[in-house]
Amino acid sequence: MGINTITYDAVVVGGGGAGLRAALALSDAGLKVAVISKVFPTRSHTVAAQGGIAASLGNAGEDNWLWHMYDTIKGSDYLGDQDAIEYMCKNAAAAVYELEHFGMPFDRMADGKIYQRPFGGMTQHFGKSTISRTCAAADRTGHAMLHTLYQRNIANNTHFLIEWFALDLIRDEEGDVVGLIVMEIETGEISVLNSKTTMLATGGAGRIFQASTNAFINTGDGLGMVSRANIPLEDMEFWQFHPTGVAGAGVLISEGVRGEGGYLVNSLGERFMQRYAPNAMDLASRDVVSRAIATEIKEGRGVGKNADTVLLKLDHLGEDVIKSKLPGIREIAKNFANIDPIKDPIPVVPTCHYMMGGIPTNIHGQVVDNAKNRVVNGLYAVGECACVSVHGANRLGSNSLLDLMVFGRAAGDHMADYSKKLTHAKPLPVNHAEQTMTRLFRLENGSGESVSEVGDSMRRIMQAHCGVFRFPELLDKGAKEIKELAIRENHIRIKDKNKIFNTARIEALELDNLIEVAKATMLSAQAREESRGAHCREDFPERNDETWLKHTLFYSEGNVLDYKPVVTKPLSVETFPLKARVY
Amino acid sequence: MRLSIYRFNPDIDKDPYMQDFEIDVLPEDHMLLDLLLRLKVQDETLTMRKSCREGVCGSDAMNINGKNGLACITKISSLGDSIVLRPLPGLPVIRDLVVDMTQFFKNYHSVKPYLINHDPVPEKERLQSPEQRAELDGLYECILCGACTTSCPSFWWNPDKFVGPAGLLQSYRFIADSRDQALQERLDDFEDPYRLYRCHNIMNCVDVCPKGLSPSKAIGKIKELKLKRM
Ligand SMILES: Cc1cc2nc3c(=O)[nH]c(=O)nc-3n(C[C@H](O)[C@H](O)[C@H](O)COP(=O)(O)OP(=O)(O)OC[C@H]3O[C@@H](n4cnc5c(N)ncnc54)[C@H](O)[C@@H]3O)c2cc1C
Ligand code: SF4
Ligand code: FES
Repeated sequence: MGINTITYDAVVVGGGGAGLRAALALSDAGLKVAVISKVFPTRSHTVAAQGGIAASLGNAGEDNWLWHMYDTIKGSDYLGDQDAIEYMCKNAAAAVYELEHFGMPFDRMADGKIYQRPFGGMTQHFGKSTISRTCAAADRTGHAMLHTLYQRNIANNTHFLIEWFALDLIRDEEGDVVGLIVMEIETGEISVLNSKTTMLATGGAGRIFQASTNAFINTGDGLGMVSRANIPLEDMEFWQFHPTGVAGAGVLISEGVRGEGGYLVNSLGERFMQRYAPNAMDLASRDVVSRAIATEIKEGRGVGKNADTVLLKLDHLGEDVIKSKLPGIREIAKNFANIDPIKDPIPVVPTCHYMMGGIPTNIHGQVVDNAKNRVVNGLYAVGECACVSVHGANRLGSNSLLDLMVFGRAAGDHMADYSKKLTHAKPLPVNHAEQTMTRLFRLENGSGESVSEVGDSMRRIMQAHCGVFRFPELLDKGAKEIKELAIRENHIRIKDKNKIFNTARIEALELDNLIEVAKATMLSAQAREESRGAHCREDFPERNDETWLKHTLFYSEGNVLDYKPVVTKPLSVETFPLKARVY
Repeated sequence: MRLSIYRFNPDIDKDPYMQDFEIDVLPEDHMLLDLLLRLKVQDETLTMRKSCREGVCGSDAMNINGKNGLACITKISSLGDSIVLRPLPGLPVIRDLVVDMTQFFKNYHSVKPYLINHDPVPEKERLQSPEQRAELDGLYECILCGACTTSCPSFWWNPDKFVGPAGLLQSYRFIADSRDQALQERLDDFEDPYRLYRCHNIMNCVDVCPKGLSPSKAIGKIKELKLKRM
């Protein structure tokens, strides 16, 4: 077929925080590496992270990584794997110091150390009192972190393929991943990257929902790619709805606002969180706060024309704090809510924010493809697209940026060692591009609905049937509709058939991936008959550890579900036993 | 609302042209990007970059009624009753509102935009007082959108020789960092008559920056340091 083939030692797909940290490990190792990204790296969604990155530095009070570990396990509603959580929390301080050494402009305490703020679910002495553990650069921590990592990569001379779009993985007869098929967006040309190792760091997929804090590019491409390569997706029923998205716009208002002392009120002016979480109040875990808001609205205590929002009050923090610690939030409130938070409260609603599930991996970032954790040679995944699982059923705020750094590094190092052991990339199997070419060809000749029609239907179905509260009839209906939609999606058409910078084609290819994610989410949620973390079933309101303390694995081919045990044994410390989760 | 948009598709067009669109502004349309997205549903060949839709990623800088800005945080209500959109000036157009930013990034890379510190890496953080850290405010927030550099006539005339406001702002971001040790090296980089000194204080950069930053002020500070060193 004459497709251009380029050979590498290692290819990283994704120039967000996870991909860029891994790239540093790989370029340090002196390998021939390419980082491919569908947008210029600093346009990746990590740039939008606001509040901060968690690490028990103890700069603002006594702290200990074991407390952080406990908080993360409890936050995960015990679905997180305790080996991975130990690894992350133990290595958190080193990850933050490393960022500081790279030049990241953290805010500072009076003594010159890194500034830390309180965040939901982060405590001292195993839940006794709140702790300031989240390291911040104003409310632009993701921006500061992503730019710093990109800058470090410039210093390291990392090779980037920018505005290249990854289409599919290539697996050989033995099931090993030997490379990728990609499209250069500017020219529309297809190439094959034949590589000893491949990493997916493609970020989240929050665009399956109508109301989302996520960027347009968060379309779950890595998840779609593995689904088509017969690798399952793990724990896809667990989506975090952030309590404070700007009503109507979806844009995020960081938990850092509540960390600095802001709080929520209903139409009666009542600080309602004291009824739902008497101790932690507004800084309870996100699933808890989101359910509280949804309940307030459901019971008629919402604010606004349709009584469908609540208010986030921060004017009492004073102009100085707002201007110095929350300048980005003020900009957002002014732009998207027409409100100056120095004077007025911001109308907010729970909004889809973060995907706890993803591509199953072990703690080295190696992708595993069955309930026995069989390794897929040559394939790695890190960041929001991966499920290692440190976040379990509910992620604590500021643990994601940490996840990117810790596992980006661990996986990058592992990948470097593995690549060095191989003398060359394994050969490409015959017909390696066939499936992809069929997919592309279909778009040239499709005669069905448009990308926006099918996309809108998907977002509507997900929003209505798989939100903060999940009802059995709605899930059943949603499952049926999403399966039908997946079939309709096979026939989508695009009108723009040009080669050069064809964004219509890219959006169609992204929709293939979104649909995979939406289907996995709906069917995994329909099957899980309990309430745990962010997955809240109206018909099964309790957590059921006897039957459901296990990870879901969803295989797209044939819509098959399987399950694997949660790792309850940490690496070096004692197991944290199951407990009821109260804040 | 009437929009007049620059169109150019090298696959089929010999020359660029302006195309007019009429579209009703709905109550849920707040920002220019909202309108553009609805236009794209009507005509999916209309091409632009976009990502965060909240003014932090720098994807959708374009020339809006003659002034560079970000479509996602430009309020429709601020634009009057007709809108003229062109790609950022001074860079080659790839298609419609998408420009080739290679030169812009090359200039950014040329200032060594990373911390240079030769001391052994300490066990914990390097200390920095809140005052020293405050020196970085107004500098590190740049989103590399290119609005400033592509509004600067000095850049249009010498894109490969004059670094441009965005790159110079980032040079100063590291000069101003108490942890950086490459001050002399950074200043040496601006000996020639172009890289820094092509800035003639036209100040377009300050006028357009969607993040409210002032490259001009940063450039002034670098010039001051150069003077002091002489
Ligand atoms: C508004 C907001 C605020 C947040 N705030 C915080 C916070 O304060 N603290 C915290 O810990 N977490 C926060 N999070 C979560 C956190 O920011 C994300 O989980 C994290 O940044 C994801 O990083 P990533 O590297 O996995 O992916 P991303 O940064 O999303 O990067 C994905 C990369 O993959 C590339 N890519 C994707 N698909 C393809 C393809 N097909 N081909 C080529 N390239 C591709 C993209 O170009 C991009 O470079 C926030 C999230 C949001 C939405
Ligand atoms: S200084 Fe402002 S206008 Fe220039 S690139 Fe940075 S953010 Fe954009
Ligand atoms: S889309 Fe990110 S800045 Fe406008």
